[in-house]
Amino acid sequence: MDISGYTAIELGKAMKEGKATVQEAVEAVFAQIEKTEGLYNCFVTLEKEKALIRGARVQKKIESGELSGPLAGVPFAVKDNICTRGIRTTCSSKMLENFVPVFSADAVLRLESAGAVIIGKTNMDEFAMGSTTETSYFGPTRNPWSLEHVPGGSSGGSAAAVALGECFAALGSDTGGSIRQPASYCGVVGMKPTYGTVSRWGLIAYGSSLDQIGPLTKDVADCAAVLEAIAGHDPKDSTSMERENTDFSSALGEDVRGMRIGIPRDYLGEGLDPAVRKAVLEAARVLEKKGAVLEEFDLSLVEYAIPAYYTIAAAEASSNLERFDGVKYGYRAKEAGELHQMYKQTRTQGFGAEVKRRIMLGSFVLSSGYYDAYYLKALKVKKLIKKAFDSAFAKYDLILGPVAPTTAPKLGESLSDPIKMYLGDIYTIAVNLAGLPAISLPCGHDHKGLPIGLQIIGNCFQEKTLLRAAYAYEQTLKQEEQTYGKTI
Amino acid sequence: MEKQYETVIGLEVHVELATKTKIFCACSTAFGGEPNTHTCPVCTGMPGALPVLNRQVVEYAAAVGMALNCRIAQECRFDRKNYFYPDNPQNYQISQLYLPICRDGYVEIQVQGDERMKTITKKIRIHEIHMEEDAGKLIHDEWGDCSLVDYNRSGVPLIEIVSEPDMRSAQEVIAYLEELRLIIRYLGASDCRLQEGSMRADVNLSVREAGQEAFGTRTEMKNLNSFSAISHAIAGERQRQIDLLEAGEQVVQETRRWDDEKKESFPMRSKEDAQDYRYFPDPDLAMVSMDQEWLEKIREGQPELPSQKRKRYRKEFDIPVYDIQILTGSRRMAEIFEETVALGAQPKKVSNWLMVETMRILKEKEMEPEHIGFSPAHLTKLIKMTEERVINSSVAKEVFETMFESDIDPEQYVEEKGLKTVNDEGALRKTVGEIIAANPKSVEDYRGGKEKAIGFLVGQTMKAMRGKADPAAVNSLLKELLQSGNNG
Amino acid sequence: MADLISDKTIEYVGILAKLELTGQEKEQAKKDMGRMLDYIEIMNRLDTKNIEPMTHVFPLRNVFREDVVANSDESEKMLENAPECQNNMFAVPRTFEA
Repeated sequence: MDISGYTAIELGKAMKEGKATVQEAVEAVFAQIEKTEGLYNCFVTLEKEKALIRGARVQKKIESGELSGPLAGVPFAVKDNICTRGIRTTCSSKMLENFVPVFSADAVLRLESAGAVIIGKTNMDEFAMGSTTETSYFGPTRNPWSLEHVPGGSSGGSAAAVALGECFAALGSDTGGSIRQPASYCGVVGMKPTYGTVSRWGLIAYGSSLDQIGPLTKDVADCAAVLEAIAGHDPKDSTSMERENTDFSSALGEDVRGMRIGIPRDYLGEGLDPAVRKAVLEAARVLEKKGAVLEEFDLSLVEYAIPAYYTIAAAEASSNLERFDGVKYGYRAKEAGELHQMYKQTRTQGFGAEVKRRIMLGSFVLSSGYYDAYYLKALKVKKLIKKAFDSAFAKYDLILGPVAPTTAPKLGESLSDPIKMYLGDIYTIAVNLAGLPAISLPCGHDHKGLPIGLQIIGNCFQEKTLLRAAYAYEQTLKQEEQTYGKTI
Repeated sequence: MEKQYETVIGLEVHVELATKTKIFCACSTAFGGEPNTHTCPVCTGMPGALPVLNRQVVEYAAAVGMALNCRIAQECRFDRKNYFYPDNPQNYQISQLYLPICRDGYVEIQVQGDERMKTITKKIRIHEIHMEEDAGKLIHDEWGDCSLVDYNRSGVPLIEIVSEPDMRSAQEVIAYLEELRLIIRYLGASDCRLQEGSMRADVNLSVREAGQEAFGTRTEMKNLNSFSAISHAIAGERQRQIDLLEAGEQVVQETRRWDDEKKESFPMRSKEDAQDYRYFPDPDLAMVSMDQEWLEKIREGQPELPSQKRKRYRKEFDIPVYDIQILTGSRRMAEIFEETVALGAQPKKVSNWLMVETMRILKEKEMEPEHIGFSPAHLTKLIKMTEERVINSSVAKEVFETMFESDIDPEQYVEEKGLKTVNDEGALRKTVGEIIAANPKSVEDYRGGKEKAIGFLVGQTMKAMRGKADPAAVNSLLKELLQSGNNG
Repeated sequence: MADLISDKTIEYVGILAKLELTGQEKEQAKKDMGRMLDYIEIMNRLDTKNIEPMTHVFPLRNVFREDVVANSDESEKMLENAPECQNNMFAVPRTFEA
């Protein structure tokens, strides 16, 4: 039987019912990888042997009933900044080209104990710094909908792999939109949970106060299932939250009656591609038809989010990336001579341009004499942004808007102008500053046929509300597709 | 006229806390493991690892702060101190800059006043105490061109006690350090050994002309691992600075390393050290919040401190100040003293046993008072037996040594070994008679006016009695018999 | 404000961040950082007087471990990642000048 069109949950169900085996599922994704990977470059590392061995073990457990969850036997991919014990984890950097972690991230362990099977590590912007997956040491990933376009980033490999059917679900990480934006560009579902919902243990830090691991999946139900599997308090992460309401799948339903949804005018203004604007507003109308109450409002402070974000993220990154020094792991410059020369040459040769750019900016804003003017100022702006969201959520259950101002840009267009690239994060970044959960889901295509993403933002810990609205919208779309056929 | 200079000294004292595990991970703090065996991903700075704070570190730090009369912060927090060095695995040290756990305390020390031999009490103010992690150890290969890093000590908890520049001489510095060490040992928060590095003092020193109010430029001296090194370093640095000033040059604010063999200090600066640590709050750690209830619990757990004990002893016990100083010099010693006195022994007698015999044996065996094993009850019995002349003093010393070894019951021991003083007048008279008869030369000498000759006869009698006679009784009996001329 | 970034600043930041840029890279870095800082300074338009800087989004307090030893024995595997090691230790260029 052809299982490649299945969602993760459908596949899991088929395996539980004995209609498919884990081996078949693993073989199926590798057959797809064989076909597409050469063109798209979604993976840095593939582990077919390990996947088959582990798959066989999982198969037995499914048969014995020991594993009965929705993700048992499902082949999945992991972004290459999430540690996997025994499988090299590179952050798509020359610096970690041969680094093999001695432990797995908490999120990976949780997925594995749910029976999911890792098939490989996905490509990304180097150390998650970028929005296009072009800063990878291992070459860019290409957009599944158009080879000339970028898949978005930094979790571009994960998003593209899911879209291409090279895996059934993937993990990404989101510091300023790095899950949601590639999900949007690749036409898949991506979610950044409330800060502290998924443990950061094993996530190679970029901006520690902003980083969250989250799912990239084929649909909303898969997203809820993966999130349910990876969420949970972890005593190894001091910023991990103790939450009780993490049975996310139970929230899926189509009833959005009375749900108050705010649409920030600030998210619909200058710089927004008209096609994206149209698709997003149509999506909003779908929810309105189902009983949600829509209202436009002024969120305010939107233009301050990017400067605050880049100050904070760069500052934290400059410190987080100090450990890459050629001493304990990773790249070391050859014949570097004296200690500080060794440090400098190792880091100068081991990091790419964008990483160096952010490290330098971060070192500067923390340096003596500038700390107050830049870093402390950014923390105050962050506070104001958080307040702005607090007052919005006093009025609305959800906030709805675009994920990105445009659909995927062409390869090679973004890196030359960093500020322009940073501006592409304008709708996603504030969510990380405020620690909120947000989802990106497909809501149409532009005239080039490139996917458009709808972003729904929830209040802290309100993933269930978010998932319900996303699910309701998605179901309507699916029904329409069934009725009228796919629009493209 | 020659200028007079005053030395101004402040100390930064690092104390290793006596926790079982490191500050941010569960690795053992025990000394002496094979290199890098007491390590884990956290204390070796592996990518993806995260710190979790050891509660005991906070409790020890707060306890020390209370004992040093500090204000304990209701809220404190950790900051990252960024600098590259191989013993610092993350290339940032987790420390406290902006909100340290304790502030504004003081320690009282006894120093020589201006009047001859009169001691006065001086307050040395504590600026702050903060918690931080220790670095690993660098081992320098004598022949090779590399250094080797062992992270077993990396992450061992430290507190840094920063004094105000209130000290004026090496004598005051040492008195301050001794008092700090004593207090911290009483609390059980550290063993504070300078030689082994569990207590480390950096000396900040400047000189100024007598009468001048403004401080001079200070230097910081490191690598001082004994009181004598500290004294030499202070004398050396004072002279170096005075020489500079006298020559019309300026003192450079810098960190210097003391070489105690060469009795010289060397600047530690390098052009690669910008001394700009870019401190910022560590996003991986939560705030520490200490409420009254918690602080009260820590306060209740505190022992009576040395200064309090000294005051009480002066009131309660009729013993010299010198004795009080020695007895309170260790918590264990003071406990034994108090318990023995409580059991009815006379304070001065107890004090004598502790100050003379106990100290002698401790010194011989190179032991710390903390390791004293005999019980106060047994010491009480021993004292009672000597008072009642059940045993003589040399037997008592012998018994005490055994008691020190294995805490035997002296009564039982004396009984078993038959060490009681022979109080049988007849038997004694008989033995003395025999000794006089056997030593005519000495008898003649004595009678001829050599009074010292009697000592020999006493010794012979004691020997014949196998030490069990009362030497005073032997002495007077001998005199009586020799004077009476009755020699048989 | 972009002229804040002088050669000296780039040199200094290079020392802090342990990065060594070539002449051309330096020029590029100067330009990029100058533009970025200009852009960041948009923040100054916002009045943040009396606003507490927010380090953590959630006011988490007192997250502790108990003081119980649980040594993981991964030292060998950890050392396998080391570019250079000797006698179970990480080897680095000599740090101490003889």
